[in-house]
Formats: sequence, structure tokens, C-alpha cells
Amino acid sequence: MSSQETNRLDRRTASRPAQDAEPSALLNINGVTLQYKTPDHLVTATYRVSFNIETGDRFVLLGPSGCGKSTLLKSIAGFMPPVEGDIALKGRKVKRPGPDRAMVFQEFDQLLPWKTVRENVAFPLKINGIPNDEADRRAAEMIQKVNLAKFLDVFPHMLSGGMKQRVAIARAMAMRPDVLLMDEPYAALDALTRRKMQDELLTLWEELRFTLVFVTHSIEEAVLLGTRILVLSPHPGQVRAEINTHQFHSSNADSPEFAATCARIRGMLFGDAATAH
Amino acid sequence: MASNAAPGDFAPVIRAEYERTDLGDAKLEDVQRKLPLAETLWNSAAFRKTLILLGLAMIWQIYGVWLDNPMIFPTMGETLSALLSNIANGTIPVRLLATLKVLVVGYVIGVILATVFTTIAVSSRLGTDLLSTLTAMFNPLPAIALLPLALLWFGLGTPSLVFVIVNSVLWAVALNMHTGFLTVSETMRMAGQTFGLRGMRYVVQLLIPAAFPAILAGLKIGWAFAWRTLIAAELVFGVSSGQGGLGWFIFENRNLLDTPAVFAGLLTVMAVGLFVEGVIFRFIENRTVRKWGMQRG
Ligand SMILES: Nc1ncnc2c1ncn2[C@@H]1O[C@H](COP(=O)(O)OP(=O)(O)O)[C@@H](O)[C@H]1O
Ligand SMILES: [Mg+2]
Repeated sequence: MSSQETNRLDRRTASRPAQDAEPSALLNINGVTLQYKTPDHLVTATYRVSFNIETGDRFVLLGPSGCGKSTLLKSIAGFMPPVEGDIALKGRKVKRPGPDRAMVFQEFDQLLPWKTVRENVAFPLKINGIPNDEADRRAAEMIQKVNLAKFLDVFPHMLSGGMKQRVAIARAMAMRPDVLLMDEPYAALDALTRRKMQDELLTLWEELRFTLVFVTHSIEEAVLLGTRILVLSPHPGQVRAEINTHQFHSSNADSPEFAATCARIRGMLFGDAATAH
Repeated sequence: MASNAAPGDFAPVIRAEYERTDLGDAKLEDVQRKLPLAETLWNSAAFRKTLILLGLAMIWQIYGVWLDNPMIFPTMGETLSALLSNIANGTIPVRLLATLKVLVVGYVIGVILATVFTTIAVSSRLGTDLLSTLTAMFNPLPAIALLPLALLWFGLGTPSLVFVIVNSVLWAVALNMHTGFLTVSETMRMAGQTFGLRGMRYVVQLLIPAAFPAILAGLKIGWAFAWRTLIAAELVFGVSSGQGGLGWFIFENRNLLDTPAVFAGLLTVMAVGLFVEGVIFRFIENRTVRKWGMQRG
């Protein structure tokens, strides 16, 4: 396991992923350009972005607001076809949204207000043909894992923001997706709740070992949560760097190494801005 | 005054720090306590409204007695006795039933057509344009204005009334439904699609419940339009094959100068309106949008 780990790391640091696309990677983003057509503009959100995500990664897309992180994630989810390049999951081209790529959004209204917590979590399972009792059982189990067992039969409007996000995570994980996509899920939470939710996510990952693609504009959050960070430059989003951060956890978030890594990334993001203007 | 001091004029006042360890001592009744009965009653909207109704009834009775002219303005007592006798001899129930039958037929047809139109509207851009053009044309038109035309096409009778009601329901409901679908948040739509919801299931299991507050508002407006339109239509042309509805009952009794019966008819119209809005729709709201936290109040 650990030799495999180092092997994977070596391969990554030794080669530039943009040049040799690894067909073995779980998720393969290859030269992806994404554009929005508005009535009078053509907005390029990302330009020729390439990276690979391996099974078990906690892969963070980091960049300033407006650099196209959400757009990139939407494209991986299958909502936006690239104008150039392609996205492949397990070697198959992503064409449309599907339950193999579960998504957690920043907005709290992603839960269905007319369903209870349990029904919200079980709903996607039932849609995908899992028998009712099995779906309910899996839903309850997942809700237990995000510490909301007491709120099984409560409607979402009675939950706090942090609890709603926990339900959204439970719903996504209950689908047992190939990748879990999260778009700034904690950005609208207060700092204390956010910190708690970050720890919970890491604990959940230790337990279930899923593959995570996490979007954030917070450098600290990226370094804490990620095993690897893709740093995007602003307008249009281009790959600036890929950085390993698997060595950082909440236990060493106060260490000088952690601070140094944050400072290094900050330099990349704001150094860019300083030279551009 | 302190607020008049120039900025930077004052230094922070340093006070001693403290930390409390006796927080467990707060008594539960201080945190949550029952209000006195009078206050509880006064907090109930139903109680306050009942008081208002009683007040209005008293003013009515006093004015009626003072005027002493039942042909112009009967007292509340005279009206109630006319109401009771017309209910007892079966006139009002029969007329009300006749009206409600027409109403339900028209309302159901109107809502079904609205659903069809909205489905067409959400599935294509041309459909959206069609719906918005048609609603822009017909929504401002009081449905009752179509009655002369309806009588020409369908003759004196139920089909004309149904045609007019369908027109009063259809456009209001379709407009609200469509707005409801358009305002379903992008996040919720995307969430549904990542579950693999597509086609009819996407509409039925996601769009309709998500748009339910707007749909329900449309149904309420449609009902209100239909009810008023129908009573008005019956008042004007309502006698079909000798058996008119509630509107015709009012018109008939006015011709007989039986004003207490006219008042009784009006009271019945109000009562039915209040019942449907305050009881039936309220019940649906409590079971749906209010329970789901999609609407307050
Ligand atoms: N629906 C849209 N229509 C047009 N332009 C958009 C739309 N959504 C985002 N953009 C533009 O695309 C760029 C990237 O947006 P986004 O992916 O939301 O950035 P981020 O998530 O990194 O903050 C921004 O310049 C934004 O203005
Ligand atoms: Mg974003």
C-alpha cells in the first residue's frame, strides 16, 4: 500500500501530466477549454486545463474567485461540454450528469425541502433502482456517519447550514459514486462550523476512502483537506502548479511547514496578479 | 455627550476580566414559560378575527334596526332567518350544488389545460413564446366579457358558463405554473440531474414539487377568478333550463324585492369563498408548503 503510494507520487512528480495523459487515472482532464456564450460576449472560463485524478485522491482545485473552478467542476459533473479537450472517467468520456459523479454544492437549497433528511438521502438511490428498504437502510447508515442520526425524520428547513451540508454529503456518499465533487461546500458557514466540518470530512475519508474533488478559494482549506492541489491562475483559469499536501492534517495545521506551504501558494496566486498589472 | 467626541479622542477603558462557572443554575421556567391565558387568546389570529366579526355583526344589527326598512337594508336577524328558511326548504343547497357542479367542471378543465400549456412552454422556446403571448392577450381580459360570445357559440346553458370559467382559470394558473418552473433554483435542478433524473420523472419528481408554492398560488388565484366569474355570469344570464345557480337565486330574489333573501345569497357566496380559501387551501398549504418550510405565515 505504502510502496504503491510512493510509486504514484514519484510518477506524478517525475512527469508533467499535461503531456502524457495517463489512461490509468480514474479521472482524466485533458486540455479542457470551457466557455460561456452570453448574448454579447464569449467568456473563456478555463483555458487548456489538464490534470489527472487517481483513486483515493483528495484533489483540490484552488484559485481566486472567478478563475473557473466551479465551471471546471460542472464540466466534470457533465453539465458543460468542453469546447476543446475532453474529460474521461475510468476511460469513458463524460457526456452528461450521472450518479457516478455525486456533487455537493455551496448553496443550502440543494436539499429537496419536501423530503425529510432520510428521504433526501434515499431519493437518489431509489431513482437508480435500489429497492426501497435497502435505500432506506443505506441512507440511515450514511446519516449516522455524518452525525445526524437524531434528525432522520426532520425537514431540511429545520436544520442549520452546517447540518444541511452534512445531509448533502451523506446523500452524495450514499450513492457510492466514483468521485465526490464538492464546490466550496463550507464557504457559507461560520469559521467554527467550517473547521468542524473539515475535520469530519477527513474522518469520513479515513473511514470510507473515497475519491474527492474539492473546490475552494481558501489556501488554508486547500492545504488542510487536499492530498494534492491544482493551483489555477485567474482569467481565464490556467494550470499554474500542482502541489502535494498529503502530509498535512488537522494535527499539524499549526506547524511551520504548513504555514510555509500556504505562503508558497499565496506567492503563486498573488505574485501572478502583481506581475500582470 | 460621548458621541460628540472627536475620533481618536478616547482610549479603551480597561476593566477586570471575569469568567463564570455557575451557568448550570439557570431555572428552566425562566428559559421557557407558559403565557397567561388572556395573552395566549389575544395571540390567536382566529380569536381576534372572531371579535372583529362580532363587532361588525353588532353594527349591522343596530343600523338595520335603526333604519327599519327591510326592503333596502334588512337586519342581521332577518337575513339569518331568510338564510335558514332557504336552507331548510332546500332552495339554497340545490342552487349551490348547481353552481358548484359547473364550477368544478370548469376549474378542472382549466387546470388540465394550464398543465398542458405549461408543459409545452417548458419544453421548447417556441412553446414559451406561445404561452407568454397568449397569457399576455387573455389574462387582462375579464373572462365575463367573453360571455356574450360564449352564448352565441354554445347557447344559453352550462357549456357557456364552463367556457367562461375555463378562460378565467387557464391563463392565471398557466402563468403561475410557468413562473414557478422558471424560478426553481439552478442548484436544485443540477442536484436532480446528478441523481440521474431525466424527462418526465425530472418534471414530476423535481420541478413540480419545487415549484409547488407558485403552483398553489396559481390554483388559488384561479379558484378566486372562477368563483367570482361564475357568480357574475349566473347573475346576468344564469337561468339555464329553469334551474339556475346561486347567482340566479340572488337575481331572482332582487326581482321579487325579497332583500333578506338577496343578503342570504350574498352571505352564502362569501361563506363558500371563505371556506375554500380558508379551509381547503389552508389545509393543502399546511400539509405541503408550510410543512416543508417553503412558505411562512
Ligand atoms: N452562467 C454564466 N454565464 C456567463 N459567464 C459565466 C457564467 N458563470 C460563470 N461565468 C464566468 O466564468 C468565469 C468563471 O466562473 P466560475 O467558474 O464561477 O468561477 P469560480 O468558481 O472560480 O469563482 C467568471 O469570469 C464568470 O464571470
Ligand atoms: Mg465558484
